[in-house]
Amino acid sequence: MIKLLQGNEACAYAALAAGVRFFAGYPITPSTEIAEIMSMELPKRGGKFIQMEDELASMAAIIGGSLGGLKSMTATSGPGLSLMQENIGYASITETPTLIVNVQRGGPSTGLPTMPSQSDIMAAKWGSHGDHPIIVTYPHTVPEIYNETIRSVYLSEKYRVPVILLLDEVIGHMREKIEIPDENTIEKFDRKVPTVPNDWFFPFEGNLEGVPPFASFGEGYRYHVTGLVHDVDGFPTSKHSQIERFMNRLIGKIDNNVNDILKWEEYNMEDAEYAILAAGCIARTARDTIKVLREKGIKIGLIRPVTIWPFMEQPLINATKKIKKLFVPELNLGMLSLEANRVLKGKLEVCPYNKINGEIIYPSELEKFIEEEI
Amino acid sequence: MIEQSVVHKYLRKNKKFPHIWCPGCGHGVIMGSLLRAIDKMGVDRNNVAVISGIGCSSRTPTYLDFNTLHTTHGRALAFATGVKLARPDMLVIVVMGDGDAVGIGGNHFIHAARRNMDLKVVVYNNNIYGMTGGQASPTTPSGKKATTARYGNIERSFDICDLARSTGANYVARATSYHVKQLENYIYKSFNKKGFTVVEAVTHCPTTYGRLNSLKEPVAGMEFQKNNFIMKNLWDKLSDEEKQVKFPMGEFVDVDKEGFVTKYLNLIESVRQGD
Ligand SMILES: Cc1ncc(C[n+]2csc(CCOP(=O)(O)OP(=O)(O)O)c2C)c(N)n1
Ligand code: SF4
Repeated sequence: MIKLLQGNEACAYAALAAGVRFFAGYPITPSTEIAEIMSMELPKRGGKFIQMEDELASMAAIIGGSLGGLKSMTATSGPGLSLMQENIGYASITETPTLIVNVQRGGPSTGLPTMPSQSDIMAAKWGSHGDHPIIVTYPHTVPEIYNETIRSVYLSEKYRVPVILLLDEVIGHMREKIEIPDENTIEKFDRKVPTVPNDWFFPFEGNLEGVPPFASFGEGYRYHVTGLVHDVDGFPTSKHSQIERFMNRLIGKIDNNVNDILKWEEYNMEDAEYAILAAGCIARTARDTIKVLREKGIKIGLIRPVTIWPFMEQPLINATKKIKKLFVPELNLGMLSLEANRVLKGKLEVCPYNKINGEIIYPSELEKFIEEEI
Repeated sequence: MIEQSVVHKYLRKNKKFPHIWCPGCGHGVIMGSLLRAIDKMGVDRNNVAVISGIGCSSRTPTYLDFNTLHTTHGRALAFATGVKLARPDMLVIVVMGDGDAVGIGGNHFIHAARRNMDLKVVVYNNNIYGMTGGQASPTTPSGKKATTARYGNIERSFDICDLARSTGANYVARATSYHVKQLENYIYKSFNKKGFTVVEAVTHCPTTYGRLNSLKEPVAGMEFQKNNFIMKNLWDKLSDEEKQVKFPMGEFVDVDKEGFVTKYLNLIESVRQGD
């Protein structure tokens, strides 16, 4: 079915198609449409929606829902993401699949509720105390929001980690043509469940990928879930060898499976001498800029992370081997460029282009900047 | 001996004891009442969840052979809301300390009550933050000492039962770690009710509250409860002066307003029929 949908709408319908059956949230611009759609659509599918008293509670409730056996999600924006941080860490350490949609707005604090910003790129990765595994995805068009929402649910279930889907305000609220498949044709990726009897079950023993099979509450496996560091049996431990084994497996779920988790796009990179690294709505600016610059004879291409965390370290190194300069336009003071510098270790000049006045970056200004730098 | 075996039936065999509680702590007494009440229900233990926050009291689930969830400080009710909505048939019990329930978690407490969410709450009220070493909690009585109220608490304290009653709970009762029979009965009764229920279990903490407030010996804490907690109908007849030093216990609310889960399941039904 061809439709004209907002990014936020595409996200909600994709989540339903992926089998999300529990949503808990708290209203916040520019994400609220997602909650509104879920409140209307979930009961039709036998699912549950609840508006909680705040975002701490929303994050807590979806972890509970997920442990109860339902694919669960919430949606928020900057201030709400800040409130969710403690429980995002809880989802990480208890390995509870959860999807957190963060439609970014300008910060800090209440910031710019209705204007675009990409300033949560670091908060999405680091926003919770302690080393914690997390996956962050970052689509750039309405159709891609649909696909990435489904992939995010899948990744979160497969690796038992919280996944943050980062959206830009301008795409969350923009309408684009999208072909929506029949909801029933979308694969639902059922969780891997244990097959051994209760007495033999070690709830936190990883499989080959480091991921333990998931027993929902009420299925006969009466085990313990805690935010304290725990051993394979689920009980808190203070033995250094067990702590080390646990932490290594927890972090290893991401580190050892990056090839499966990473996704990126290269555009006009075959013969490129220069490249732009950009994500979300700014990748669209970059695409338009590249067209114009190519007409002027400048060989330039785009590298666009779709999975933004874990970061595309090796793919970026590979893609920039023959590149003379890397331009990094973004709506913050240099988060992607910081990461690019970390990965490229000074082997390539990274030129940031930053804007934090609540406007997007226009192709004309990026074009001018790049021409001056070349 | 019979009593002991009921409790042991529900203790985890694969969890290495000892537990973390201090000798003489009242938390274990409350856990015993809780287990006897669950036993009386005769439910399949696979269909019971025990959910807690953070604190000495919140360690209870660790030792119990049910679906157990030890969450973050103050948030147990929000986690439990998710579990209950995903598993409407499950008996979802939430155990919290006073700080957990009405301090850091106060907002969740009043909203879970307002929604009449079908959760069975047992608050272990030791009038102090036990786990972190005896800081003042929202239920530390005015004038009493804590490690962050060395000169006596100048704040007023919450009455947990009053709070639960005024925010809409279906069932509210109070007993103490001395009055174990009543405690067990109230917990059992709350399990049989729909909607949000709160049993406040007043408990003694010899290590922190007791040490700071001349109730250092566990027995002194229980004697205080024995001498000063009286049934509500008798308490009501006391003079205003006497009411300052005695505390009411018993059942404060016992009504049957429709719980959230029933309402939501009905909503699903009617939306689907309308399709
Ligand atoms: C967000 C957060 N803040 C503070 C703490 C530290 N902390 C752990 S237990 C606790 C107090 C617990 O007191 P209470 O809930 O009354 O339970 P008790 O230990 O007395 O049984 C505090 C403040 C924490 N774990 N998390
Ligand atoms: S500090 Fe108090 S509440 Fe905590 S275990 Fe010791 S006696 Fe019990």
